[in-house]
Amino acid sequence: MAVTRPAPASFRFPISVRIERRLDAPRWLPWVTTVVAVGVALVIGGILIKSAGGDPILSYQHIAKAAFGNIGVLSDTLVKATPLILVGLACTVAFRMRLWNIGAEGQFYLGAWGASAVVLAPLLPADAPRVLVLAVMAVAGFACGALWAFLPGYLKAKRNVNEVITTLMMNYIATSWVLFWVFGAWSERGFQMSPMFPKSAWLPRLTDYARQVRAFGGLTLHLGLLFGILAAVVVWLLIERSRWGYEIRLIGDNPRAAGYAGINIVRNTVLVMMLSGGLAGLAGMSEISGVVHRLQGAISPGYGFTGIIIAWLAKLNPFAVILVSILFGGLILGGREIQPSGIPRMMQGIILFCVIASDALLRYRVRIVRRGQ
Amino acid sequence: MIDWIVILNAGVATGTVLLFAAIGELLAERSGVLNLGVEGMMLMGAMTAFKTAVTTGDPWLGVFYAMLAAGVLSLLHAVVTINLQADQVVSGLAINFVGIGLSTVLGEGLSKAGAISLLPSFTVPLLSSIPFLGPIMFRNQNVLVYVGYLVVPAAWFYINRTRPGLHLRAVGEYPAAADSLGINVFRYRYAHVFIGGLMAGLAGATVSLAVSPGWFSDLTTAGQGWIAIGLVIFAQWDPWRAAGGALMFGALRRLILDLQAPKVLLGFPNPFFYTPRMGFFLQMLPYALTILILFLGSREALKKRLGAPAALGIPYVRGERGL
Repeated sequence: MAVTRPAPASFRFPISVRIERRLDAPRWLPWVTTVVAVGVALVIGGILIKSAGGDPILSYQHIAKAAFGNIGVLSDTLVKATPLILVGLACTVAFRMRLWNIGAEGQFYLGAWGASAVVLAPLLPADAPRVLVLAVMAVAGFACGALWAFLPGYLKAKRNVNEVITTLMMNYIATSWVLFWVFGAWSERGFQMSPMFPKSAWLPRLTDYARQVRAFGGLTLHLGLLFGILAAVVVWLLIERSRWGYEIRLIGDNPRAAGYAGINIVRNTVLVMMLSGGLAGLAGMSEISGVVHRLQGAISPGYGFTGIIIAWLAKLNPFAVILVSILFGGLILGGREIQPSGIPRMMQGIILFCVIASDALLRYRVRIVRRGQ
Repeated sequence: MIDWIVILNAGVATGTVLLFAAIGELLAERSGVLNLGVEGMMLMGAMTAFKTAVTTGDPWLGVFYAMLAAGVLSLLHAVVTINLQADQVVSGLAINFVGIGLSTVLGEGLSKAGAISLLPSFTVPLLSSIPFLGPIMFRNQNVLVYVGYLVVPAAWFYINRTRPGLHLRAVGEYPAAADSLGINVFRYRYAHVFIGGLMAGLAGATVSLAVSPGWFSDLTTAGQGWIAIGLVIFAQWDPWRAAGGALMFGALRRLILDLQAPKVLLGFPNPFFYTPRMGFFLQMLPYALTILILFLGSREALKKRLGAPAALGIPYVRGERGL
């Protein structure tokens, strides 16, 4: 299909712009358009910051310096990136099947709650070995996140209930649920937080080994990052190299064909939703055990929502999720002290917007043609 | 004890927020464009309305700018989904992020603004003496609530009894057929996405200038934009059912407040009064109810073979096969 836009008859421009459908796009093109789109987003964001009374160049410089300036802040950036990687992977898995899990935020909270329950309930004796405690916490976090995603997945699969709305509603229920425990049974002397976890429930951090390697002193990077990288490998193998992944991709691309091919769409919908919820739950466990070390109301500055943007920006590629997460981790970390406080969030929205707008360039090409040819 | 007249009276007022947002989304979806950005557009509207009222002292100007601001956001969605054929779900989410972020940035410091002149509330003389309905609908309601009473029948009439309404339904069900009959599919979609944005802005202004005045960042709307989208599905794209759902949610919000106040509830000591943290379960109710009504609605849709506009969510490309 070709759409031509002729100039008005009275004035004939010597060249015309033709927009044509692409038959195929080169492999490098998506990455180029994405980078350009992010650049455009930074310019738009700069204009908005300027109009809100800020200095865009100073703001961006500050963010870059506060996120990647030295080894200490780089470690902090990676700490911020850790939950983002897991949540981004959660969204990647679901989006690959065109299953819109917008509830990673709630699944994150439930994962944190499940991991905390292991320590606070307590499910394990206080003198249990550290490896066992951490393993059980990870399993509990994954399981709680997966269970939280079960209901939306089941309703979608069986009744075709819109999963965007249900997963989002589950987010609000999840925060109330966590607050109920934090204000009540698990409250520390009436404060709105649980008591600090014992050291055996902390994911090992680099700084814990400062005695062996002096350079590690003060670095907060924790084992959760390894969870994220391992999860990326597993998700990649699952989606790109396994039979199940092939089914997921087929359902995403053409559910009708998948149905004719005998793929069980109902079961896969529930399973993928639960896998997605489980990864988000694991992110909650990693954050609670690696960073916060206690359960409280505010454990996420919207990681679950940022995960959506990360998955899309990474073009649903698990390894690209890691890279994009590190950049966004830097944005969140460096943006903390920037005023006004909504800038990182606004930037995330603008970046996503520019990226989806730029996707049109993958389907169409703009050609400039001389008249009379 | 619980006074149902008071609860329903307040329910009509808070329900108006959902009503505006849901009717706007309903019109956009009838044209075949799903806009998940309602929450973000509402926040943009709420912030703009409040900020304008603070700086100019004129709440009506606030309503106007609120609708405009949300309308501009919706046009972004229109460009990206109608012209560039991007995925409507993702674009809607992007609208949300932009709306939430931008309103937080521009609304910085606004929460300390103090008292401002709000939209007026009044009692309609004759109508308010109708038994039962009078005190609920016409006693001391905000002027925007009365606007809401007009919007519902107007939307219904427009969709079901006018020629543009017929075209709108055709565009949403089978755009290629509508196009072949000379209906401008793109213009209809643009117009109704924009109307959806205007209505979301109005809903936001209703929050910040009438129902629960003030600017509390993204807590101002607290997910009502999402509930409105759920309502549209529950309402089977019918304005009257949307109005009923909005009233139900509005009344529920008021009921939640009232349930926490008395010391004795149904003859028992009130758990919500004596252990305030039980109130978190009450706060879950609107969201749980949304899931429940979607579930019930899906059952009914299966039975009666009702459904969404057939082309909902599918970009229209001239000359291409498909819907």
